[in-house]
Amino acid sequence: MSSNTTDHTAYKSYLEEDGGRKGIFKWILSTDHKRIGLLYLYAMMGWFVIGVVLGLLMKLELIAPGKTLMGPQAYNATFTVHGVIMIFLIVIPGLPAVFGNFMLPIQIGAKDVAFPRLNLFSWYIYVLGGILVIISLFGNGAPDTGWTFYAPYSFKTGTNMLPAALGAFVLGFSSILTGLNFIVTIHRMRAPGMTWFKMPLFVWTLYGTGWIQLLATPVVGITLLMVAGERILGIGFFDPAKGGDPLLYQHLFWIYSHPAVYIMILPAMGVISEIIPTFSKKTIFGYRAIVISTLAIAFVGYFVWGHHMFTSGMSGTALWAFSLLTFIVAIPSAIKVFNWISTMHQGSISLEIPFLWAVSFIFVFMIGGLTGLVLGSLATDVHVHDTAFVVAHFHFIVFGGVGFAFFGAMHYWFPKIFGRMYDKRWAKTGWITFFIGFVSLYGPMFYLGIKGMPRRYFDYLEEFHGPNIISSMGALILIAGFLIILVNLIQSARHGEKTSEMNPWGGTNLEWQVPTPPPLENFDEIPVIEKATYKYD
Amino acid sequence: MSETLSHQAVHRDDEASKLGIWLFIFTELLFFGGLFVTYAVYRHANKQAFHLAAMELDVAVGTINTVILLVSSMTIAMATTSVQKKDKRTTLILIWITLLLALAFLVNKYFEWSGKIGHGIWPGSPLLEDLGRGDTLFFGLYFFMTGLHALHIIIGMVLLAVVLVRVQKDRITFDNFQLLENGGLYWHLVDLIWIFLFPLFYLIA
Repeated sequence: MSSNTTDHTAYKSYLEEDGGRKGIFKWILSTDHKRIGLLYLYAMMGWFVIGVVLGLLMKLELIAPGKTLMGPQAYNATFTVHGVIMIFLIVIPGLPAVFGNFMLPIQIGAKDVAFPRLNLFSWYIYVLGGILVIISLFGNGAPDTGWTFYAPYSFKTGTNMLPAALGAFVLGFSSILTGLNFIVTIHRMRAPGMTWFKMPLFVWTLYGTGWIQLLATPVVGITLLMVAGERILGIGFFDPAKGGDPLLYQHLFWIYSHPAVYIMILPAMGVISEIIPTFSKKTIFGYRAIVISTLAIAFVGYFVWGHHMFTSGMSGTALWAFSLLTFIVAIPSAIKVFNWISTMHQGSISLEIPFLWAVSFIFVFMIGGLTGLVLGSLATDVHVHDTAFVVAHFHFIVFGGVGFAFFGAMHYWFPKIFGRMYDKRWAKTGWITFFIGFVSLYGPMFYLGIKGMPRRYFDYLEEFHGPNIISSMGALILIAGFLIILVNLIQSARHGEKTSEMNPWGGTNLEWQVPTPPPLENFDEIPVIEKATYKYD
Repeated sequence: MSETLSHQAVHRDDEASKLGIWLFIFTELLFFGGLFVTYAVYRHANKQAFHLAAMELDVAVGTINTVILLVSSMTIAMATTSVQKKDKRTTLILIWITLLLALAFLVNKYFEWSGKIGHGIWPGSPLLEDLGRGDTLFFGLYFFMTGLHALHIIIGMVLLAVVLVRVQKDRITFDNFQLLENGGLYWHLVDLIWIFLFPLFYLIA
């Protein structure tokens, strides 16, 4: 462990260790957390391409008023399937399933997660959920309810929404089991000396995320089952004609789905907290503040769901309380931004690709977060509710936040995962193109929303035409950037320059003290941790 | 390296699996929690109808099922103790009793349900539509929640059957009985949920 090179005659990385299996079975039967992380990555890559294409189709439809590409029904189906794929198959599992699986055990000095077979099982459940979503596309037409499956339309519509809702239910199971696995792993498998406050921040955010996955997901699970019961049996839970209350559906749905936003964003914050100290060569500023704010977000995040329903009909007191809590949950996020900036202050910064992604993350995350407060205050929300403003805010947080962190993590851990380095020039070109595309795609939507353009329509008034053209052009630029990044990474993973350098970026955590790529069991000997993490001295 | 290839089989951490099952139990409680919230909301909105509908249910059958589950919880707990005393025979008998009690619960439930259906009460039945909204919701919740609970009974039975086979094959022994304990914990959860369902549907009338 002490030498910085590895003995290549005896050394076998996890990629060469096949467990006596051949071909695809090396992957789909392996309980190695690193291979499972990559299984998720490859599955998600496929889904992401589909989701992006659907998003592009919508932007092309909106390039001009009236029907350009598709009619209302096709448009409704497109945004529904786009949402279901992006939310349930990519952003919610995203960072924990891919990088959490790969890095969590290494970062805490463990050989694997606590339940490796359960971990592989979770991936199979994930695949099953994906298959159900695919099934929903055939038959009576793709679901057209929006990804929120709002009652009563979700059980009245003639489209094939049942498989999609069941798919979301099944994917929830996968998410629960992953969260459970991570929590137990963090509790039980930390290396000697790895005390709670020596854990890397990415691990802390996975811990907070794990609890949300565990405690919030079952609520949406049962809610979706109730919708299924409604559709199949006509029970009447959410049917006003039978005494049910559609508003109750919205409550139950958002009790999960708002915390789910924190399932998405917490690990993203964790990734940023890893990248920034590494490329500033400086200890993270306010480690404990970041930990506490992580837990605070996870906790307060449970109690803000009502802000999705300000215009749905709630008592004045409830409105007021949910708005206040929404403002409170913004504070820990702001603390984190403050800490990241302070970490950079007087650091010796190297502008490597992961750092560029991290900085642009902070930029888009701040815009997304501050516009979230516009939506969180009662008076302004009434004005911009269900407009393009919401779409812009949501994409700045979820695509800007999680997406940028995901690409940052990809470029940060890429050499460790694949033992090869990507082409940095192309990576930089991809990043800048993507960033410009992103801002011009979603930026105009803020303006359009304030001007009153509603969301979820295939058509709009002539007065909204100009900004929509910019937005659609932005989508094309963004996709160009995405293709550059994707092709560069795939090419580099296959043919990139080989590297066995343990620590290409000068990071301080344990993943940089194991060989590149890591061996099957990560550590020959379980390390003993003495130093606090993020120490540069 | 070769002997460590099956590293996951070597690794055994009873504390971890106990923590895991407890976390899973939290999940299950929240799963039913969504239904309990729904019940509370609709009971509040339809006090009178829920009151009258509850009188349709047979308290005697409910009580018998409650006793059955409580006893089965006891027998599975006793099995966990007896396996630690290296008494394989008693352990096996106790798990068998638990499984038979679970089956008795399901048989009871079957007759109760078919009785209701015989009277024209099932989710979306024409009779319920005539009876009104409160009754529709009450019996909708009744079938949905007890049905989901029965499903958990079946899952628990499968789990305990696996435990039974493993005890038989000496893979669960006095120094390696975590799976039995976890199965027991899960069974207590199934019992506990029924302890809440019973008063909500049968007793508050």
